[in-house]
Formats: sequence, structure tokens, C-alpha cells
Amino acid sequence: MTTSDWAIEVPDAPHTEEVDGQPIRFYDVEEHAHPEGYSTMLGFWIYLMSDCLIFAILFATYGVLGGNYAAGPGPQDLFELPLIALNTAMLLFSSITYGFAMLSMQANRLRATQGWLAVTGLFGLAFLGIELYEFQHLIHIGAGPQRSAFLSSFFTLVGTHGLHVTFGLVWLVTLIVQLNKRGLIPANQRRVACLSMFWHFLDVVWIGVFTVVYLMGMLR
Amino acid sequence: MTPHPAPEVGPILGRLSLEAIPLHEPILVATFGAVAVGGLAMLALLTKFRLWGYLWNEWFTSVDHKKIGIMYMVLGLVMFLRGFADAIMMRIQQAIAFGGSEGYLNAHHYDQVFTAHGVIMIFFVAMPFVTGLMNYVVPLQIGARDVSFPFLNNFSFWMTTAGAVLVMASLFIGEFAQTGWLAYPPLSGIAYSPNVGVDYYLWSLQVAGVGTTLSGINLIVTILKLRAPGMGLMKMPIFTWTSLCTNILIVASFPVLTAVLTLLTLDRYVGTNFFTNDFGGSAMMYVNLIWIWGHPEVYILILPLFGVFSEVTSTFSGKRLFGYTSMVYATIVIMILSYLVWLHHFFTMGSGASVNSFFGITTMIISIPTGAKLFNWLFTMYRGRIRYELPMMWTVAFMLTFTVGGMTGVLLAVPPADFVLHNSLFLIAHFHNVIIGGVLFGLFAAINFWWPKAFGFKLNTFWGKVSFWCWVPGFWVAFTPLYVMGLMGVTRRMRVFDDPDLQIWFVIAAIGAVMIAAGIGAMLVQFAVSIWKREELRDESGDPWNGRTLEWATSSPPPEYNFAFTPMIHDLDAWHDMKNRHHDRPITGYRDIHMPRSTGTGVILAGISLVMGFALVWHIWWLAALSFVSLIGYAIYHTFNYDRDFHIPAARVAEVEEARSRQLDALRAAEPQAAGA
Repeated sequence: MTTSDWAIEVPDAPHTEEVDGQPIRFYDVEEHAHPEGYSTMLGFWIYLMSDCLIFAILFATYGVLGGNYAAGPGPQDLFELPLIALNTAMLLFSSITYGFAMLSMQANRLRATQGWLAVTGLFGLAFLGIELYEFQHLIHIGAGPQRSAFLSSFFTLVGTHGLHVTFGLVWLVTLIVQLNKRGLIPANQRRVACLSMFWHFLDVVWIGVFTVVYLMGMLR
Repeated sequence: MTPHPAPEVGPILGRLSLEAIPLHEPILVATFGAVAVGGLAMLALLTKFRLWGYLWNEWFTSVDHKKIGIMYMVLGLVMFLRGFADAIMMRIQQAIAFGGSEGYLNAHHYDQVFTAHGVIMIFFVAMPFVTGLMNYVVPLQIGARDVSFPFLNNFSFWMTTAGAVLVMASLFIGEFAQTGWLAYPPLSGIAYSPNVGVDYYLWSLQVAGVGTTLSGINLIVTILKLRAPGMGLMKMPIFTWTSLCTNILIVASFPVLTAVLTLLTLDRYVGTNFFTNDFGGSAMMYVNLIWIWGHPEVYILILPLFGVFSEVTSTFSGKRLFGYTSMVYATIVIMILSYLVWLHHFFTMGSGASVNSFFGITTMIISIPTGAKLFNWLFTMYRGRIRYELPMMWTVAFMLTFTVGGMTGVLLAVPPADFVLHNSLFLIAHFHNVIIGGVLFGLFAAINFWWPKAFGFKLNTFWGKVSFWCWVPGFWVAFTPLYVMGLMGVTRRMRVFDDPDLQIWFVIAAIGAVMIAAGIGAMLVQFAVSIWKREELRDESGDPWNGRTLEWATSSPPPEYNFAFTPMIHDLDAWHDMKNRHHDRPITGYRDIHMPRSTGTGVILAGISLVMGFALVWHIWWLAALSFVSLIGYAIYHTFNYDRDFHIPAARVAEVEEARSRQLDALRAAEPQAAGA
């Protein structure tokens, strides 16, 4: 702490100060506005982290309640790893193809970008299809979300991820249309980059789901 | 559990029927009558004076952070009156329900009143007030023209408002939850609360929660990315620092609330078993999760007000804030620790001695940085030239009141003591002591402090003092009896009492509540008188308190672009530095200013969310689906609009700034000695 922390301040006598030989300036008279979208990436990152917390809570809930079978079926009775492996592959491939979309965008190739986005969407659809098949199968054999706390937390965790993928697909289709209308303008590039982060984020979450729910579930 | 059986679900109206209108409750009918008459009168006046276009164009669709900030404050004030009405109803009920008297509120009504009081005061009073304050002040303090995402800001406000409207709707259509403000299961589960009350609770908080989370993200990014050149993190005004920490807490905790409320919603709507008594559910899981949000939440509320007290103390002591660096670190430490104490809300749940000890100790540790802050304020005042204007009076009242509340908090942090005091009126007295003494007193300080900035005239001092002297003693008269009764073992949320010895304490508490009511009344009179006599209270300098931070560098109210030229910062207390070194305001060379365009999308999306929430509460599935689809559709439609900004031409800026120059010249001519620009 300095003495100025204690003292009453009395305005100094007028004086001019210089910085690098120039009089000190209190206003930026040469300013340039922040470029459009200056804060978007940071904002989207923070949003993703807040979404990550929702998943954290669902994982924690699954961790606490995942062993409460209520005399019903457990993971080993229900999960079919080959199917889940296929599903995981779909999502991982979709991340790779999204990467190709980003590369095409950087090369300023509109059609290729749209094409790779469309391929990504198809992989995403395949993933969702397999997941819905799995859910439908489980409900059909009486292992629906109402059966036990384990199944409640399973359906909610996996289903929330699936909802995010669904939302990502809607966004993806919207973007393809917008690219058609306006091309690779900066605003659209920013949107493609944001969806890319969202999509990879869902991939990372899925790795967690695959490991914690399916692989570790089989080891229970 | 409820007086009415769950009604049948019809295809068109779901559970909604004429029976949902509480005609059997004379209090509600009378309230509805008053609200309807008042509301119609207001609508008629707005129409008569042709204000609808003005409101829509200049306010509702505005993305200007200043206007959104003011709208948040208005929302907070309106909801505060509702929340206080609940409070005084409880105080009267408890003061008369003795000796076999049932009081005037039946159990069904009384349980809704205490639930609504808590929910409204936290979510729809304290949160809008705090968010509004940050919205208004932060961009000005960091020399920015607006927040990072102006449209999201407008949308956030309207989502918060939609949540508030849904809560208010529950007063006249159906019922509100009867569960207490955190809606613990299994009571809040479908088995014990089959009616719409808990559903109103869930959907209103979810809708408002979207707004809160987005506004948290928005303000973090604004503070990190839009500071004026030269303003390093350690040169940020302390209010901006506390706002940053608060918004980090918002983003780090509101998703937890969203998740846990979703789980309860699934239990109620889908029949899952997260928190049920059977099929492996665990109600304790809910209690843990909701407090992982809930404890940071109380720091979300108090931290910005700590910032306000810092600004006020330093301004009205005419001194730089004592120990700025320690203040920043204390804020950060509080922010982190607030995440590590949640279990102290349920020591009695049976987590075991070691877990309880851990959380007891972390709780006590929080009092250290908080204590450091208090000493910093005291040392700022020490040898200062203190001016006891209204903001400073509220600050001193806060220091005295909050310290007692903090100490009773440390007392409750001792697990064995908590086993005795848990769920007692001692706890109620403690948290009202910190929330009223900290958050509300801070808000009153802030309103008196920044009102002249927002509107260009000061608030009337006489009525402000009347309000102060009703509020502060009123608080102590109202809550000291609760401390006493808590120590005697009286528990919270009771409707009737058997022991006649207690009545006198409740009567005293009710007198305190009446004093507080007088304080609120005086504050409304203060606003009215100040608006009426605004020409006498006019401040043309833009800097009525000899302020220290950048918001005082611009005119009052500031132009829509805040600053014609972005300020450059060389020191903490940038405006004080500018005045001290006799800066010159540039008066030529204006440029076009890039600004965001107003949009009605926020109002529309929030309106659709409100309809969807209402439909979900009443199980009107077709309407819920329809509004969900239109919500997504309209959001997508909005993304096809790429034309979101415009430029204020340099000529227009020059016009505004030249008017400002003439104003300042006139002021200087009138008062040759006046310091500042």
C-alpha cells in the first residue's frame, strides 16, 4: 500500500505531461470500431462451457444414481456394445468431415464447404437414427426411463446429448441455406466456425458418455 | 395434500378450466380487481397519450444497454412490491394466529405465500435489480458503447420478464407452489404436489434462467473484450471487477439450476425416478444439486453491491479506495469459495462429521475476505472528507447491519450449532439480515448514486432520508424478534402457534414490517417528488458527486453512443485522473459511430416462450408444441437478418456534442471555480 491510500487528494496544479514526446491523451481521436464479430468466439466458448456444466450435472447424477437398478435390468443386460461402437464411429466421422468443411472454407471453396457440411449432417442423422433405435428397443423391452433411477439418468444423459445433436442438425441445415444465399461472407464464416466448435464439443461429450456409461457400465 | 383433486386433462384446454380461477379466495379476488382496474387505467392512459409507439420503438425493442438496464430496474421494483405484499401478509398472519385463531390465511394460501415470497424476492427482484445495475453501469465504466451482444441483452431482459409474468399469472389462474422457495422433493414431486403450482415454479424459473445465463455470458465478454485502451484488468473500477466475478458465478452456476430443474420436471412430466422415494431415486441428490447453484447465487447477489459500496465509499470520502488490490483478490477468493460451501445448507441431512467439518470450515473462511473488505471500506473513510449524502448513509447502514448478519452466519457455519438452529427463525433472521442489509441497502445506495446519471437530476433528499430512517430501524424491529425466537427453537414456515408467550415477538416483528412498508412508501414518494421537481434537482455537469470513474465523464443522461471518442485510461479512477490533470474534451474531428440496430425479436421470442411455459404448466400439449415450433422457427428467421447495425453520422454526433459543450460552458461561466469539465 502506498501513502496515497491514506491521504485526502488535493487536485494538482495544472501541468502538462508527456508520453513519448507527445502530450498525454485522454481520448482516442483516431479510433477504429471493433470489427464485427469481435467478441463472438469468446462468447461462444463461454456458452459452450456453461453447456458443459449441464452435462457435468447429468454425468454426476448418472454417477450417483447409475447403480440404482431398483431390481430392474442393469447395463450388462441392456447395452449392445457393437451397436454403440457403430454409433460412436458415426459421430467421430462426422467430426472429421466437419474438419474438412472448415478446411474448404479456409480455401474459400463454397460448394465444397456446403458438401462437407451435408456429409457431416448425414453422419449426424445416422447417429441419431441408431440412438433412437436403441431407445425404442429399450422402451419396448420394458427398460424405459421410468423403470429405475439408473434408467432415468441414462436416458436423460444420453438423450440430452442426442437433443444437442438434433439442434446441431437444424443449425447445420440453416447454415447450408444461408451459405447458398450469401456465400462465404465473414458473418457466415463465423457461424460455420461456431457450429464447428459446437459439433466437436458434442463429440467430446460423447467420448465421455461412451466411456462412462457404456464401457464402464459393462464392467460393473 | 391439496384441497382439490387433480382435474382431468382435456384435449383443448389441458388441465385448465374455470375452476382454476380462485373465486373462493376473497383476498385474491380483491387483488385481481385492484390489478385489473389499475392495469386497465394504465393501458387507457398509455393509449390516450399515444405512448405505445414510443414505448415499443424507444424502449421495448431497444438494444441500448442503458435503457435495458432501466427496464430491469422497473421490473425489479414492480416485483418488489408484490414480494413485499407477500411478506407483510405473513407477518400479519403470524401475529394474529394465536390462542386457537387460524388467522386469515388458510394453509393452502399461506404455503403459496411463503413460497412465492422467496421465489419472487430472489429471482424477480434481486436478480433484475443486480442485472439492471450491471447493465447500466458496466459499459459506461469501461468506456464502451454497448455490451458485446446487444440483441442478446434485450432478449435476456424479456425472458426474465416472461418468467415474472408467469409467476404473476399463477396468482389468478391456478395456484403457485406450496413447497418453499427451493421446492425440495419428494414434496415437490408429482405424488405430493399433483397440481400446477410446482409446474408454474419450474417453467417460470426455466424461462427466466435462459435470460440470466445469456446476460451473464454477455457481460463477461463485454468486460473482457470492450475495455477502453489502457484499462488493464487491475485498472478496472471495482464495481466492474465485482460484476465480472458475479457474471462468472452466473455462468458457472445457473446451468446447474437449469439441469436440476429439468430433472425435477422429468420426474413430474415423464415419470422418471430421479428424486422419488422409490425405484432408486434420491431426494438428497436434488438438495445437493440445487444448493450447488443456490450458494453461489447469494454471492451473485451480494458481490456487485460490494462493488457499489466501494465506489460510494471512495467517492463520498474524497479518497482513492483503500487497498484496491486486496479488494480485487478478496472478491476473487469469495467467488471461488462460494462454490465450496453448499453443503452448509443441510448439515442435518446426515453427511457425516468429516464432510460437515469440511464445509463448516470453508464457510467460516469466507468471512476472512469479506472482513478484509469491511476494513478496506473503513480505512477508505479514515481521514477522508466524508459527505453523508444518501448513498453514503445507506453504505454506513450496510456496514453496521451486514456485519451482524455475517457474524450470525459464521455462527450457523458451526455444524453442532446448526443442528440446533437449522430451519429455525434464527436462520430466517440471518439471511434477511445479509440480503436486506447487504443487497437491498446496496441497491438503495446504488439507485441514489446513479439516478442522476440515468435521468439527469438528483433524487429528493428529504424523502430519501425519511425512507432511510423508516427502513433501517424497521429492519431491526422486524428481524431481531426472529433471532430471539429462533434461539428459543421456533421453526420457519409455521402458520399457527400454540404458545401464547411467542405472540408479543410476532407482534413486534409485524410492527417492524409496517415500518418497512413506510420506508417503501417514502421511497416511492421520493421518486415521484423528484420527477415532479426535476428542474430544481437538475444536474447539468454529468458529475454531481465529484465522481471518480468513467461513467461520470459523460453527460447525464449519456448520449446513446455513451462517448463520442473512446476514453484512454492511464490510472485507476480514470475520471478522477482526467479531472486532476485538466484534460481537454475533444470538440472537433467527430466520426461516424457504429451502433447496433433495435429489434423486436427479443420481445417476440420471449412472448412465445411465455405462451409455451403456460401451455406446459396446464398440459395444453397442442399449444406447447405449436409455440415450440414457432419459437425455433422465429429464431431461425431472425438469423436470416444480416442487417443488424447502422452508423450515427458524424454530423449528428457533432450536433449532440456541441450542445453538450454549450451546456458545460454555461456551467463554467456560472461557477468559475468549478472543478472538472
